[in-house]
Amino acid sequence: MKVQQISIFIENKTGRLAEVSRILGQRGVNIRALSLADTSDFGILRLIVDQTDLARQVLKEEGFTVSKTEVIAVEVPDRPLGLNSILEILDQAHVNVEYMYAFVERCGENAVIIFRFDNIEEAIRILTDQQIHVLAGERIYGM
Amino acid sequence: MFWNEEFETLPKEALESLQLKRLQQTVAKVAASVPLYRDSFSKSGITADKITSLEHLRDLPFTVKQDMRDNYPYGLFAVSLEEIVRIHASSGTTGKPTVVGYTRKDIDSWSELMARSFVAAGAHKGDVIHNAYGYGLFTGGLGAHYGAERLGASVIPMSGGNSKKQIMIMQDFGSTVLTCTPSYSLYLAEIAAEEGIDIRSLKLKVGIFGAEPWSEQMRGEIEAVLNLKAIDIYGLSEILGPGVGIECIEAQAGLHIWEDHFIPEIIDPETCQVLPPGERGELVITTITKEGIPLIRYRTRDITRIIDEPCICGRTHRRLERMSGRSDDMMIIRGVNIFPSQIESVLFNVKGIEPHYQLIINREENLDTLEVQVEVNEQTFSDEVKGLQSLANQIRREIKDLLGVTCKVRLVVPKTLARSEGKARRVIDNRQR
Repeated sequence: MKVQQISIFIENKTGRLAEVSRILGQRGVNIRALSLADTSDFGILRLIVDQTDLARQVLKEEGFTVSKTEVIAVEVPDRPLGLNSILEILDQAHVNVEYMYAFVERCGENAVIIFRFDNIEEAIRILTDQQIHVLAGERIYGM
Repeated sequence: MFWNEEFETLPKEALESLQLKRLQQTVAKVAASVPLYRDSFSKSGITADKITSLEHLRDLPFTVKQDMRDNYPYGLFAVSLEEIVRIHASSGTTGKPTVVGYTRKDIDSWSELMARSFVAAGAHKGDVIHNAYGYGLFTGGLGAHYGAERLGASVIPMSGGNSKKQIMIMQDFGSTVLTCTPSYSLYLAEIAAEEGIDIRSLKLKVGIFGAEPWSEQMRGEIEAVLNLKAIDIYGLSEILGPGVGIECIEAQAGLHIWEDHFIPEIIDPETCQVLPPGERGELVITTITKEGIPLIRYRTRDITRIIDEPCICGRTHRRLERMSGRSDDMMIIRGVNIFPSQIESVLFNVKGIEPHYQLIINREENLDTLEVQVEVNEQTFSDEVKGLQSLANQIRREIKDLLGVTCKVRLVVPKTLARSEGKARRVIDNRQR
């Protein structure tokens, strides 16, 4: 049920994002989804790629600080209040969302949202109890 | 274990009477042969026969680095060049270097004191001493080298740099003792890790580290990473080079200064008054056996205090507390005196932080700003912004608590801060530009 995501520490300097994407591209790694959290001093680039371990290894070799985190990918109805229906479920169960971002591709008629939770197991249980579709990692890497 | 048990354990009274006799000889010699001292002594009516107690040392003038520059290159030599067998010079960051000359007897004493230092640090005949101090004008390389030979150890004259080769030699030659700067030892450990070599599995048992200030926390880090006993050594080229003082491996608490060759004093760097026993201030050293360039009350700029309590190792020579900085390395930021070593000790207490840091000082609209750059590694990296911000906040808060100065903490990518192969450049002060 879980999706592997890599997070990369990025200094606020020009060319850093280009460098990351170049390193990954040259090794044939394809980026499936991304989000950039930034502050005035630094940023954290979060990526879902088709070859997680390779991506992590090549970035480390180039001197980047990289960590692997687990997130989940949730199918969200692509209509008004679609995302809200999911968030309401989480809110009622007092599950805190650390961060979230949208996946580029659709899954059939639905959008896909990536979520990071404090307690990932609990979140998966609550969502699946409510018949919300949580996508498997393999499905996401190959989309 | 001693190298020279008789002198290293000389009772206090005997040591002091030896010091007095040698001080009188030194004063007589420099008054006769060094114009700087001849002039200042005659102005203040100082003669060797008036020095009848060690207390009278206080009546003598100080010698400062500028005196050495003013007398560049040979003006402070007390003997003719015919008697000088070695010349060293310290790197002058501004202007000319300071030049020191050694007679054959000086080289002999230096070798003796370095041999004593090696033994105090736990090295023996039969050890393989991997000497990664720079060879050349810098005193570190040759000073340690001669002492190692005197000891009868097998010395490998590596000098600094070429770090991958250093690792290979250490591994293949079975080095048991490492001599270099403390920051370089950690750099070597990083290089070894990159090369896939477990530096902890090498035969190294002792590291003798000096030539730059370091902290107790850094000792812990070095001992854990390199799996050896880390010993602090003290020296400066003006006085001798390495081997002026050394920690004993028994206590690892303060550096025994070889008092049969040097007389230490602690002064207030502002008022130049000698401080009461045990107080921290600037170390002043008078050489009492040097022939080439004897110095009277040389202001070292190093900040320390004298520990007078007996040491468990049995040496009677008093100890200097680990140098807590240099009076000229002291940064004054918004009126607060700060030593890089204080910031370093804060960083070492933050779990997972790398021992590499840089301090950037700027002046923005007449206000001094301090930026502390630290590296984010896998251990400290958080996937969430708030995690990294709380790391930066923690460092900022602890620096504020300890030093009373507000700083900006900038997290940088690992290995972006320069690893020096000699002395680490910790401070970039842009205010003087």
